[in-house]
Amino acid sequence: MNIINIEHISKVYQVGTEQVHAIADISLKINKNEYVAIMGPSGSGKSTLMNMLGCLDTPSSGKYEFNGANVSQMSDNELAKIRNKEIGFVFQTFNLLARSDAIHNVELPLIYAGVPAAERRERAEQALIDVGLKDRMHHKPNELSGGQRQRVAVARAIVTKPSIILADEPTGNLDSKTGEEIMILFNIIYEKGNTIILVTHEEYIAEHAARIIRIKDGLIEADVPVVNRYIPKMRVEVN
Amino acid sequence: MSRFALLSYEFKESMLIALRAIRANKIRSSLTMLGIFIGVTVVVLMTTAIKGIDNSFQQGISSLGSDVLYVQKWAWFSGNDWWKMRNRRPITMEDFERFKDLVKLPLATSPTLGVQQSLKYQNRTVDNIYVDGSDQDYIKERNFAFDQGRFFTESESKDARNVVILGSEIANDLFPLGNAMDNEIKVGPVTYKVIGVLTKQGSYLLGDFNPDNMAYIPIETVFKYFMDKEHSSLTIQVRAASTALLEDTKEETEEAFRKVRGLSFNQEDDFSINQQEGMIDNYNKVVGVIQIAGLFITGLSLFVGAIGIMNIMFVSVKERTKEIGLRKAIGARKRTILAQFLLESTFICLVGGIAGLIAAILLSYLVNQFIPTSVQYGAVVIAIVVSLITGLISGFAPAYTAAKMDPVEALRFE
Repeated sequence: MNIINIEHISKVYQVGTEQVHAIADISLKINKNEYVAIMGPSGSGKSTLMNMLGCLDTPSSGKYEFNGANVSQMSDNELAKIRNKEIGFVFQTFNLLARSDAIHNVELPLIYAGVPAAERRERAEQALIDVGLKDRMHHKPNELSGGQRQRVAVARAIVTKPSIILADEPTGNLDSKTGEEIMILFNIIYEKGNTIILVTHEEYIAEHAARIIRIKDGLIEADVPVVNRYIPKMRVEVN
Repeated sequence: MSRFALLSYEFKESMLIALRAIRANKIRSSLTMLGIFIGVTVVVLMTTAIKGIDNSFQQGISSLGSDVLYVQKWAWFSGNDWWKMRNRRPITMEDFERFKDLVKLPLATSPTLGVQQSLKYQNRTVDNIYVDGSDQDYIKERNFAFDQGRFFTESESKDARNVVILGSEIANDLFPLGNAMDNEIKVGPVTYKVIGVLTKQGSYLLGDFNPDNMAYIPIETVFKYFMDKEHSSLTIQVRAASTALLEDTKEETEEAFRKVRGLSFNQEDDFSINQQEGMIDNYNKVVGVIQIAGLFITGLSLFVGAIGIMNIMFVSVKERTKEIGLRKAIGARKRTILAQFLLESTFICLVGGIAGLIAAILLSYLVNQFIPTSVQYGAVVIAIVVSLITGLISGFAPAYTAAKMDPVEALRFE
């Protein structure tokens, strides 16, 4: 079943007197339990597409259906609800609340979902255990390493059991070893039956995915399955 | 979840988020609170002081009696007639005697003439005391109550006996042990016997005319020892039988006194009839200006405090742009973000306001030692409501800016 169904969307920005077509015409379907990498140079429209997929932005024209619901017509509040319940974000710069400990950071989307405090805590704890941070629950971001911070962010993304996990350059701020650890984590999450969309400009990161979509000049240049998907073997060390 | 449960859940969570933010910026939050604290303190203090002064004035003025007319050479509130009034003939005892025989309506009429003297008992002295000379009917003009003794009698008045009635403050100063009665004191160089002590009337703003700080003697002794009978101008106090009869009494008084002065129909009055009402009108004018000016100035400091909050909230929103972007990305709605920042500014204002209120109440007890204050319970409610509203208004613009941020832009903010 299609989770994402995009038909001929475009996105036009007004920059001064000029109109910039960040996305010219893109159609795309993503199924449940797919592992997709979106690639493209900067300025290709890759970020705009990601914002669109993440329901942070709506297309200028075309149709975007998420789980059968028409996102293009949604109000800000409806978009917020979709983002909260259906999408788990992982950012390059982690975007954790600096003054809150790991568990509060993971709880955050559940707060906006209106989950009662006790259940919230329980689910956040489980998510942190799942990413291997059982002993770091009450550490603040500045007491954690870069890899650990990104794992807190992954826990925050999976805690709501979203339909898709949208990761924007998740290894961009990490060294290759820690980056690999995060990719192992994504692989585990994928193997559990989740859908992952990975935005990256690095070929070897993209090859962890099962399908690569290449964007150029606001159009899909290529959309191909990965023949020899790289499956990271190393297990996450639980510290 | 029901709608109400959802709202209270959101409110609680937003409150917790706001409190976290306040705690995270302790110094900044407390400095911002200080602005509101000072604002509320001065506003409340100002209202209590104004109300206190007002109460004390009303109390003082009522002791003059709203039903008493003062026939005098001078008008209390005159424009440019000073020169004209200066040339008026003095009001004499003779005028008074004839006037008294002519009027029927007044409850009482009495002449008064004051002197300023030092009062002395053994080694104790009080200086610059207004000593009012009058006759036995004076007691009917005033609402005097006696702690000890009595007022002087008609014969004591006529025969110019050296007897004196003391206001409570003077009695206390000269006779701390309370043994004033029947003792002899010096009024200036003259010996008088104390025959009465008045009950304390309370704090006054009328300064030297505070009845607690005055003494009363027969008017004939004033002429005998202190003033020249021919050239001193008296005040004739005329008390109407009731306030309802005040206007009639005033008319009769004017008519009678014109007759006394021998004025023909085309001559102007060469005397003035003063009454408390004129004083109240004048007072209200002055106090109204003080009130408006005071509230404006103190309100200004509250306004500055509010601007401080707005400023800090804008900084706070700017600083947390990325955080706002993240919150929106993971599902915070506009109103949730709005509530978070509004609660933050409102909480700061409320804490500052309540602290300011407490400080103002404490300070007003302190200030009460010097000028009368009166804590207004209305002011308490107003202070809290005003600080709440200040928080909401000054927080709204920054909070709205935060709420309507585009999550994409906000996340990109460095």
